[in-house]
Amino acid sequence: MSRLIRLDRTGHTELASWTAGDPASHEAAVEAFRRELDEGMLASATLPDGSAEVVRELPLDADLVVMRRPIAGG
Amino acid sequence: MLAEAVAMPWRRRASERSLTREGRIWTLWSAGVLITFGLPAAALVWIEPLAAPVAAIFLGHGIAVLHLQARRGARGVKPIGSATTEADRTALGLLGDLVGHDARALLADSGLALQRGRLGAWLVGSEGAILVRPGGRRVHCFCVRVGEAGDLPPGDRVAHLLLALREDEHGFATVANRNFSGAAWRLRPQLPARARPALMRGCAAAKQGATRLVAKP
Repeated sequence: MSRLIRLDRTGHTELASWTAGDPASHEAAVEAFRRELDEGMLASATLPDGSAEVVRELPLDADLVVMRRPIAGG
Repeated sequence: MLAEAVAMPWRRRASERSLTREGRIWTLWSAGVLITFGLPAAALVWIEPLAAPVAAIFLGHGIAVLHLQARRGARGVKPIGSATTEADRTALGLLGDLVGHDARALLADSGLALQRGRLGAWLVGSEGAILVRPGGRRVHCFCVRVGEAGDLPPGDRVAHLLLALREDEHGFATVANRNFSGAAWRLRPQLPARARPALMRGCAAAKQGATRLVAKP
């Protein structure tokens, strides 16, 4: 099962989860994803090799997509 | 490319070469401080040996400046503490999953997350990061934070920085502000005692070389 989570004041919140054979769950996840992007969050998809990738569209084959806030120099 | 780095077109993108150059500039600066305070101190002793205590104070002042620079670098990183609230525990749980088995114990002990990269080994705290360059002798300290982090648990702040680092290591180094570069032995005593083993691990990882690529150049 793939998960879309947001890092927030609670530690993190699971916004959606989806499986390959469930189009309804895909749709709900994509909607939640776009809503977060509209609010200024950035999306980071974790890749199998341990790296991460910035994504603008929800990658349906990713195991984990994390919505995070922008960073800045301190 | 890290979105935050793209939004700063006036900043030259960090690279292997730029980091090496910055390291040399810091070394020259440190040497300059030592010469500025050391030469007059030596001259004073040569002219009047009885003035040695005054010369020692003068030289000590120069050494103190170098210590203060390293301390500034160490203080910017801010290792995370132990979890006290439910949100802290939730954040640390996710962070533990992100860093993987090897770095999880180090994170729990030191409060810093170890991440190997192309530029070296990174130790990420809640408001900054230390980059140990390949070879394990030179470190760069960066101040970098979540833009609007007011309500985020410390574990989540580290997770933000870690994800950004994994997305684009060079972009991460571009966005972050540098506040120290120098020998690892200068930084070590300035770190909190619990964070020092993490620096040693980072140095060891940097000596071994980057074994896992985490970012695109």
